[in-house]
Amino acid sequence: MDPYALKTLNAERRARRAAILVTDLGDGRDRVVREGDQVAGELGAAIAKAFRTGNSGSVEAEGRTFFLNAHLPQPRLVVIGAVHISQALAPMARIAGYPVEIIDPRTAFATSDRFPDIAPHAEWPEDVLKRQPLDSYTALAALTHDPKIDDFALKAALDAGCFYVGALGSRKTHAKRVERLLASGATADQIARIHAPIGLDIGAASPAEIAVAVLAQAIHAFRSRGLESKGAVA
Amino acid sequence: MEHSIYLDEARDPLIIAEGWMKDGKDVAIATVVETWGSAPRPVGSHLVIDAEGNFHGSVSGGCVEGAVVTEAVDVIDSGKAKMLEFGVADETAWQVGLSCGGRIKVYVERLG
Repeated sequence: MDPYALKTLNAERRARRAAILVTDLGDGRDRVVREGDQVAGELGAAIAKAFRTGNSGSVEAEGRTFFLNAHLPQPRLVVIGAVHISQALAPMARIAGYPVEIIDPRTAFATSDRFPDIAPHAEWPEDVLKRQPLDSYTALAALTHDPKIDDFALKAALDAGCFYVGALGSRKTHAKRVERLLASGATADQIARIHAPIGLDIGAASPAEIAVAVLAQAIHAFRSRGLESKGAVA
Repeated sequence: MEHSIYLDEARDPLIIAEGWMKDGKDVAIATVVETWGSAPRPVGSHLVIDAEGNFHGSVSGGCVEGAVVTEAVDVIDSGKAKMLEFGVADETAWQVGLSCGGRIKVYVERLG
């Protein structure tokens, strides 16, 4: 392995950015491909697939055998609002393999009594996200419908390129939210990325059912990353 | 089942390999590149080895690490990468095998 490739790969992994180490198994040459780097041909197609699935493996391309070692950051879910839905969403997401952070400045909501295994942050999103910034391997679900709490986090999620951004609230609530986000400098394209009303349309009624709909939508967004432009996302 | 969102720097084989390199050590990196049947560690898993035979990480459940370390020391000496294959009751090239019945292919290369 090229020492420079190892340093580059580790720097990407520390920064929670996806990277693939491509090794030619014939001559041992290797290089790091970052997400978004253009690689042509069959090899490029295999690399794109490895970024999407996170699966490593060998691929035959251009008459050579390459090993693609996919290093994807651990995806996670940040929930704004220590509400009833969050109480169901947090354990479900953890079981599905998505570590969860719950943020809610209302100390009556963000208690360890209501969230025994999570240690919710009873702080403003502004403060928590300064310490633990959002990134493209983070999903954000804003569940308070309180603009004072949700809006900053939603704007931050759009700016960070979170793979999923969802916001609870009726169409009417969302229309007002869109106006506020536009006023705060978000672009129309960014706002179109917000899933609102939140959750896959499975007719969810109870808080726990809504949690299922939100988690399923976030997983769908994660597993179809990079396919948006090809029209593969519903 | 608990996943951390940050690297576990003290146990991450590639971070350890980089640290060894900075300390001026000779290092080999072994990578699982293919598995068949029930293999204990997934494709892409690493074992990193220094010239004294110290190692971190894993390519199996501890079944073949000893053999990989021995080969890795050779790879560090020669600089020539090797492809190793291990399977259950593999009587051809290797004395060690995987009790789980799976087979794995491990690529061993020198760092630098």
